[in-house]
Amino acid sequence: MSGHSSEANTHGSVKSYLTGFVLSVILTAIPFWMVMTEAFDKGPTYITIIVLAIVQIFVHLKYFLHLNFSEQGKLDTYSFIFAAVIIVMVVALSVWIIYASNAMMM
Amino acid sequence: MSTTHLNTHDAHDEHHDHDPAPHNVFGFWLYLMTDCLLFASVFATYAVLFMNTAGGVSGKDIFELDFVAYETAALLLSSITYGFAMICAHNKNKKGTLSWLSVTFLLGAIFIAMEIYEFHHLIVHGNGPQASAFLSAFFALVGTHGLHVTAGLIWMAILMIELVVSGFGSRTVTRLSCLSLFWHFLDVVWICVFTVVYLMGAI
Repeated sequence: MSGHSSEANTHGSVKSYLTGFVLSVILTAIPFWMVMTEAFDKGPTYITIIVLAIVQIFVHLKYFLHLNFSEQGKLDTYSFIFAAVIIVMVVALSVWIIYASNAMMM
Repeated sequence: MSTTHLNTHDAHDEHHDHDPAPHNVFGFWLYLMTDCLLFASVFATYAVLFMNTAGGVSGKDIFELDFVAYETAALLLSSITYGFAMICAHNKNKKGTLSWLSVTFLLGAIFIAMEIYEFHHLIVHGNGPQASAFLSAFFALVGTHGLHVTAGLIWMAILMIELVVSGFGSRTVTRLSCLSLFWHFLDVVWICVFTVVYLMGAI
């Protein structure tokens, strides 16, 4: 009964897994190709690979981890958003502090 | 004993059996979110230390991107094969689930074997974790991910044995769903690893 609607949300179909896989392959191949061939300048390469990594994370969250905003799935999504905020603070602020102190020591 | 108890009541209390499963999976998801914080800390450590090579090698000298590309391919493929195993599991297709799990296990094992080879190669050439702060942070970050994948492989082997010995029980799909989250989560972490460590290190 209620099990059916939640199951539909928590596991994907062959098609959705294949969509996620094809997108991931493309989003992995482009940054590897950019860095290995050195086709572009450093600046644009950095920005592109970071953007593509973030896009690929969202692809994985949607197609493989099945995060969504349905009644059953939204708690998972909210807890992920909470964790993501903490992660951004831990990583970004640590890096900011250390790099700023490095700059002051120079 | 509790298993037989559950089985005899299966027919009547089907909704009771179904109800705890989403909560179990949600609880496991919360654990994964705390695991995210562990990885975030190791990533922050790496980001802070990666320039401190103590006059030794830097990422550009030691990373072989085509090797990493094959590792990435193995892990990415294992994600979709695990997805197919889950689809078979939801259809209670024991043979299909076991076959896809075996393929996933093999791909995961290839990934770990390649990582062990890479670590061994680095250590033999004097670039072990003791050589510089950069290498300590590198081994800590990539090693933590590798340990997680190894734990996932052990878990997968146990679930496969359980499936062979006792078939689909009332909890099998729940257990497989938790490992599914764990496995796909590790693939997400690997996206960050290959981008931040290998690609940005090699530019």
